[in-house]
Amino acid sequence: MSILIDKNTKVITQGITGATGLFHAQGARDYGTQMVGGVTPGKGGTAIDGFPIFNTVEDAVQQTGATASVIYVPPIGAADAILEAVEAGLDLVICITEGVPVLDMIKVKHYLQGKTTRLVGPNCPGVITPGACKIGIMPGYIHKPGPVGVVSRSGTLTYEAVWQLSTRNIGQSTCVGIGGDPVNGTSHLDVLEMFENDPATEAVIMIGEIGGDAEEQAAEYVKNHMTKPVAAFIAGATAPSGKRMGHAGAIISGGKGDAGSKKAFLSECGISVADSPAEMAEALLKIWQP
Amino acid sequence: MNIHEYQAKAILRNFGVPVSEGHVVYNSNSARDWARRLGDGPFAVKAQIHAGGRGKGGGVKIAKTADEAKKYARDMFGMTLVTHQTGPEGKIVKRVLIEKGCNILDEFYVSFLVDRATSKVTLMASAEGGMDIEEVAAKTPEKIFFEAIDPLIGLCAFQARKVAFKLGFAPAQVKQAVPLLQNLYKAFVEADCSLLEINPLVQTKEGNLLCLDAKLNFDDNALFRHDRIRDLRDYDEEDPMEIEASQYDLSYIALDGNIGCMVNGAGLAMATMDIIKHTGGEPANFLDVGGGATIERVTEAFKIILSDKKVKGILVNIFGGIMKCDVIATGVIEGAKQVGIQVPLVVRLEGTNVDLGKKMLAESGLNIVSADGMADAAAKIVQAVQAAG
Repeated sequence: MSILIDKNTKVITQGITGATGLFHAQGARDYGTQMVGGVTPGKGGTAIDGFPIFNTVEDAVQQTGATASVIYVPPIGAADAILEAVEAGLDLVICITEGVPVLDMIKVKHYLQGKTTRLVGPNCPGVITPGACKIGIMPGYIHKPGPVGVVSRSGTLTYEAVWQLSTRNIGQSTCVGIGGDPVNGTSHLDVLEMFENDPATEAVIMIGEIGGDAEEQAAEYVKNHMTKPVAAFIAGATAPSGKRMGHAGAIISGGKGDAGSKKAFLSECGISVADSPAEMAEALLKIWQP
Repeated sequence: MNIHEYQAKAILRNFGVPVSEGHVVYNSNSARDWARRLGDGPFAVKAQIHAGGRGKGGGVKIAKTADEAKKYARDMFGMTLVTHQTGPEGKIVKRVLIEKGCNILDEFYVSFLVDRATSKVTLMASAEGGMDIEEVAAKTPEKIFFEAIDPLIGLCAFQARKVAFKLGFAPAQVKQAVPLLQNLYKAFVEADCSLLEINPLVQTKEGNLLCLDAKLNFDDNALFRHDRIRDLRDYDEEDPMEIEASQYDLSYIALDGNIGCMVNGAGLAMATMDIIKHTGGEPANFLDVGGGATIERVTEAFKIILSDKKVKGILVNIFGGIMKCDVIATGVIEGAKQVGIQVPLVVRLEGTNVDLGKKMLAESGLNIVSADGMADAAAKIVQAVQAAG
């Protein structure tokens, strides 16, 4: 078991004929993911490196039986690509694209209400269930199958946490990159709920950043509902107020969302908080043994 | 992206929002000329910099006559204006806005912003106008009203009315406030703003509502569909190194410390700054070199880091994901050679072919210290910088 994706997940790539889309579709296929085709409007009926191409997501779903989609479409068309995937009834849509306008995402988020599709991202590395299915841009080899769930706003910082686990011979159930944007499809809280209900997950590492209060909401859930141990790290303790650090979401405004208050709140909720990014795995091992 | 007050007002005027009549000037003689064209005094003379709190720093003056407007403008041009938002170094005034004065009866606060919690644009308003809204939020949060806006329907008249009545407007002003607020929302959406702030919105003694100040921030991710807004970018208001970095797709922000950082990924870059501080050092910058740490990008990144004379050492922290460590090592070695780095350089690589990458660094003949893991890297660079004194 795992969350969101497993070895049966069939995936189509939206934007497969772009260099990035094709590169990562090949990488996912090499990892063993069922990459069943791609969508590029106007190139339907052709194929690229063995991937059949369709004009619309609807066509691709009908002909391949895909249940998930990954989006590498440039920002100008990313929101539209998400809507098309939702309309086609996919269970899971993962948007890797960085730089989607926030007002586009507000409309997408509104449209998603009442739909069964789960959106992960945008501006995220993707989702991986080690040894079974990789959707996104993360390096597959650093992961190992195992019992720890990882959820993070940041890509490379997730790899860091995974690496700390794998080098200690601790595997991961599923790793979810939710993305660094202020408005996104899936929150820390959503993923924690899934991990809590997943028999394969025994413990969780949550990686947050300054800005907003999504980490605090997740911590409330940990305190009130979660039976599994959770460790966390919050990046951005040294970030000055009002400066945007790469991620649009990572900004402290009006004294809210700074690392110090987040860490304190997480600790109060029973989460083992790492003071240093080098100690994420250790913070988990303080409260849980594999 | 930020723009100046006079530019923000020009945009709002196009959306039918009442703003003061005025003109931007670049020298004191035109300040007097434009004041005369505006008619009788008084006039507001306002320094145009990308920061709030200008009044307290002497950047806003009321002139009774056109000659006085010229005098105030002359004082402002070239002055370094320091406010709580500029940092201690302040900003040099190069543009001044001359506006027709008005008789203020009362001041209000209105803004629109993206609320992450609801994933909606939210109208925020308070009768405590002219004050720092963060102070109001901290001391008297009950005096701030919120209205979340449905993205498909927009700001409804009833919502605008609700807010207007809460602000204490009389029916005549409520009638003005409804289209004013709806037009502000329209401007927010059509220009892809991330923040639209009117502080203060004033009621004049004649009973009219008027936006006395206006601040617009735009979503950088949406600038691709707003050529005319992009043209309003004022490079004088930005850090020259941050501009230089953005030309190479590097995300760079200068800080006050002495340890330069080069990292791939925003989250890891923030975490690297954190661990330097945690280890007793001070980061000199945030720098995200992105996924493709090529020779060219690494070289440019080194140049930008070293242009900060405070930098006494550099920490490179790259988690080789898709890119292999030997490729990254080549970039670091070539970049270091081209730039001729004289300060201690600690490199932490992780990922595919890490052993080969480390071997290449060791055999490069350069003074590069390899590190194992983030903690080791931070310890080594902090120690090296402290030893260099």
